[in-house]
Formats: sequence, C-alpha cells, structure tokens
Amino acid sequence: MKKILIVGATSAIAENSARIWAKAGCRFFLVGRSWERLDAVAKDLIVRGAVGVDTFSMDLTQFDQQETMLNKAYTFLGEIDVALIAHGTLSNQIACESSPQLTLQEINVNALSVISLLTLLANRFEKRMSGLIAVISSVAGDRGRQSNYVYGSSKAMVSAFTSGLRQRLAKSNVHVLTIKPGFVDTPMTKDFNKGPLWTKPHTVASQIVKACNSKGGTLYAPRFWWAIMTIIKLIPEAIFIKLKL
Amino acid sequence: MKIQGWGRYTSIDAKVFSPSFDFECEGYLQSSPLICRGFGRSYGDSSLSQTVIETTKLDRFISFNQDTGLLSCQAGVSMNEILNLVVLRGWFLSVTPGSGYVTVGGAIASDVHGKNHHIRGSFSQHVISFDLLLGCGEIITVTPSRTPDLFKATCGGMGLTGIILSATLQLIPIKSSFISQRTLRANSLEEVCELFEANALSTYSVAWIDCLAKVRQMGRSLLMIGEHCVHGGLELVTRPKKNLPMDMPSWVLNPYSIKVFNFIYFQKSIFSNEKLDLPYLSYFYPLDAINNWNRMYGRNGFIQYQFVLPKAVGVRGLKIILKFISESNKGSFLAVLKVFGKGNENYLSFPIEGYSLALDFKMEPGIIDLVKRLDSMVEEMGGRIYLTKDSLMSEKTFKSTYAQWELFEEVRTKYGAIGKFTSNQSKRLGLQ
Repeated sequence: MKKILIVGATSAIAENSARIWAKAGCRFFLVGRSWERLDAVAKDLIVRGAVGVDTFSMDLTQFDQQETMLNKAYTFLGEIDVALIAHGTLSNQIACESSPQLTLQEINVNALSVISLLTLLANRFEKRMSGLIAVISSVAGDRGRQSNYVYGSSKAMVSAFTSGLRQRLAKSNVHVLTIKPGFVDTPMTKDFNKGPLWTKPHTVASQIVKACNSKGGTLYAPRFWWAIMTIIKLIPEAIFIKLKL
Repeated sequence: MKIQGWGRYTSIDAKVFSPSFDFECEGYLQSSPLICRGFGRSYGDSSLSQTVIETTKLDRFISFNQDTGLLSCQAGVSMNEILNLVVLRGWFLSVTPGSGYVTVGGAIASDVHGKNHHIRGSFSQHVISFDLLLGCGEIITVTPSRTPDLFKATCGGMGLTGIILSATLQLIPIKSSFISQRTLRANSLEEVCELFEANALSTYSVAWIDCLAKVRQMGRSLLMIGEHCVHGGLELVTRPKKNLPMDMPSWVLNPYSIKVFNFIYFQKSIFSNEKLDLPYLSYFYPLDAINNWNRMYGRNGFIQYQFVLPKAVGVRGLKIILKFISESNKGSFLAVLKVFGKGNENYLSFPIEGYSLALDFKMEPGIIDLVKRLDSMVEEMGGRIYLTKDSLMSEKTFKSTYAQWELFEEVRTKYGAIGKFTSNQSKRLGLQ
C-alpha cells in the first residue's frame, strides 16, 4: 500500500491522479487551501478505494507552517512513498506587468513556496533512502515568453531546482520527477479558448501516475510537448523576439 | 459558447459555467435564468438557455455502503462512472437509460426509464434523497416523504425547480457483470406485443421495429429479453472507442440504405430464440461504443421522437402511427418499442402504463410537419411525448398531455423557481 502526500490536492490534475491511486488502495494526506474542497475530495477518494485519507488546510506561502504540516503528514502516513507537489496559480501576466507586488506574490506561490517545501521534504526522503518526489512544473518554464513569463519564470525555477535535486538525491535512491504539462483543460485555464493541443486532466494524471512508478526524470504531459518545446527553445533569439508567442 | 442538444437540431450561444465544487453554484444564481446541463444527452432544447451550468465536474462520490447498496454522489457523476465503481463490488444501477453518459442530476431531472420499466419503474423510484439548491440560495434535502411536492416536481421536472447538487441512490445486487440476452422474432405488432406480455416477468425487455416494412410485414420486430447472469463473474470490460470524427454526408442515410440495413439486421436474427451472454456495456449502451454517433445524421441533425400510448389504445394506436410513418417514407434508423409498467406520481414524468415507441428522423424538409402531425395523433389517443427528446411540441399539446403541469408550476412558485430556472424548452411549453 502506497503512502502518498499530495500538496495542492484539489487541483484537477492532482485530484485525477489521486483517483487512479485510490483504486489501488493507497493512503493519502491531502493538503490544500480550502477545507471544504479537501473534504469533498477526501470523501470521494475513500469511496474509490483509498485506505485512509487525512486532510490539512493551509496557505502554502505561510512558510513557517510547512514543517507543522509535514509533521502531521508523517504522523498519519508513517512514511511517504510518493509526494506530489501540485499547488499553484496561473498568473495574470498583464496585471503583473504593472505591479511588482503582484509579480512577487505569484513567484512566491509558484516558485518559493514549492522550493521551501522541497527543501524540507528532500532531507526527510534522503534520510529514508527511498521514495519519489513529483513536482508539477510547466512547459511554460522552458523558455520565457511575453504572454506568461511571470508564471513561466517561476516554473523555470522549479524545473531547475528539481533538476539539481534529482542529481543530489539519486545517490540516496530517492527519485525526483519534474512534470511539465502542456495545455490542460482545468478550472485554472477556464478562460482560454481550447484548441486541438488541449488535454483533459485525467489523461495527464494517468501519465503522471505511470511516471511515478519509474525512476523520475522529466515528464512532458502529453509527450508531444517535448517536441514542441524543443523547437521553441531552438528558435534563435533574433527571430524569437519578433514572435507573438 | 455554442451548445446543442444531442439531436443537434437546435443550438444556442450560451454563457456556460462549469463549477468544480457544489458550493460554487450558489454564485451563479445571480446569472439566472439558467438551466443545468450534464453531458448534453437530452435531444432537444431542454438543456439550452442563455446561462448554462455544466455539472460534469461535480463528479465526486460521497459515500457508498457495500452492505446496503446505498450510494451518494454529486450530481455530475455519470451512469458509467457509477458502474465503473460498483460493478466489481457486486452492485448495479436499479434503472439505467440507454446511454452511460447521463449524469445522476440529468437522470433525476428527466426521471429516465430503462428496459426494466415494467418491473422497476423510473429512475426516481430508486432515489432516496437529493440536495437541491433553490432559487433563493437555500439548499434543501429532498425526500419523497419529507418534501413530497418538491420531490414530485423535481423528478422529471427538467431542471426547472432548482439545481440538483447530489443524490443518494439505492442500487441492486448482481452476481455477474454479464447480461444473458435472448432474441425473439415477431412478424407483426400483435405478435411482438404478445411476446412482451408473455415475458412480463423478465427483468429487461425491449424490441426493435423495422419501420419501413410495409403492409404485410408491418411490425416486423425483434424482442430482446435480458437477465443479469449468475455466472461469468464480475469484471469491467473496456471496449475500443470508435469515433465519428465529422458529420456524415446527409445523403448516406436514405430510405434505401436504411431498408438495406434493416433487412440485414432482421435477417441476421432470423433464428428465433438466439441466446447470448453480453457484457453489460454492450447490452445497455450499444450506441456509446461510437463517440459522437449523433453526427451520423449529417450537419442538420435529427429529431428523436418518443411517445407513449396508454394500454387501452394499445396495438391499434401503434399501428395507425407506424402506418403513417411508413407511408411518409421518412425512414427511421432506430425504432424502439417498450412496454411500460405503471407510471409514478411525479408531475412531469413521462412513463404511463402502455406502449412507448422511439424513432429517429433525420432533419430534412417536411420533418417538422410530420412531427406536428404525429403530435396531434398522440394527443388524440391520450398519449404523451417524452420531454427529454422533444424539441417541437406545442404549448397546447404539452398542457393537454401533461395534465399535472399546473401543480408543477405551483410547486415552482412556492420554492422560488419561477424566473430563475428556464430553458428554451420550458419557454416553448409555456412554463413561467
């Protein structure tokens, strides 16, 4: 029976992943901002086969509470086999451009709170010498683009941080998975017009769950985003600055 | 966002909200009048309105009691999702419609029926309770005994009393996920109706009628009888999904091609008493195997027409209508006959004791007139038309065939639904 910590557990991708795990009879500790949402998700997972679920509501940017949360998680789960870090917000790029405060706030949520949490988690995993830490980054972190570079740069930091962490923890048999979803049809992206590149959260979730049985690395979800982002990264700067991406 | 009914004949540019949690729904009441919509499987305009709340993300289970078969879930959970969960645990839906892509909320609002209506009645008869968000923002737990008026108005009430948030259903135990099906051949309407009678104790029964067979062969049909198997074990069968990626050119289905299809289909089953064990998916949801099968009828869409005639009018009435359709040469691809058991007390539930026939008409010139003629024939015979499939019925026909509509409106007034919940259909039918 897997013991799983999910941070940002009420996000569509995280919840869909949890549903797949629940079928196999896992034990969950769910963290999110709203207890009301956590409660609905927890009940659902129990019906779907989860062996036990406990929840903890907190604002992840309250850094000093992260340790308390982890203590509770370890008390409930005993050990953690998989930690999925999935919280975040989709920044309003235009609003950020005229507000340093909002920009920093977005970076605080999407990058710093993740990094703080990973620092705490990494040491506990390292000591146990097993397990997998999965972090949801984004294809947006692969190259800064004018349409969403505040969000993108936060995710770039998460990608770079997890890449380094992966190297460090490999020695201790701890795997780190960096997940880079493309366009996913979730409440976070409800205002977008959806085209053929869009994917449903349960598709991304099943790829994540599969990848969590592996030895970590980087997962583009769906995989064709690897090709798209490779091309975008290869575009020479002189041309790139003229594009409308 | 442009949305359509499943028949794709009418559409509307609506503002669509898609809540992920039920407490978000209250906020949308300000955008009323509105109507709820699940997977958009009702055929006509009953889920079309200026503002639409799409409930498919309210898809969480709340509780399940393995010993009693009581299941609570949010309104956007589909029949498929329920079966995916409970079949392996030895339980099944008491009543299921002909598609797995129907949400619990939609099943209650349409008070759907299945192939076992003669035994188990409609969907709502197995609903223990549901939570309803009223127009004023209050949430009421509705049960048949505590709030009978609201229960009777909401079940079959086409979403016009409030927003169904969650429900508790009674499931039935099964020993196998397979259905043993027996196919009986009949050469006339009288014969198929007699076969229905003779098999009244069978759990599931439904007949396919070849509408294009004329005069001597009129009523040529196949009756399919089903029982839950006791052997075969409990398993989930996944089947490869086929997709109809685009509209089929509308000339593909014409009286000749349909005749050929029907001929092949009916010849194939020439051996009476053919017996077969089918996975439940193939038995209950054959059309779900093809994504977007509604594109089969081309760009202009189609009308599904389902009516019921009271038992007293019976075979004689069916014959008159079938003859009329057959002579119109507007071939129906699917003609499904079902004998209903007793109706229930809900104000707008469709089933009454008698014979129900469902037909598809490809949308083409002349169909609207044909349907209007059918409407008046059904009305004259004391029958009624299924609101979930309707997109053309007149206010007059509605009010004369659904005699309890005034009680329905009284309950809507009492619970503040007037002006809050409306659909294109409710406006057409003259509901406030």
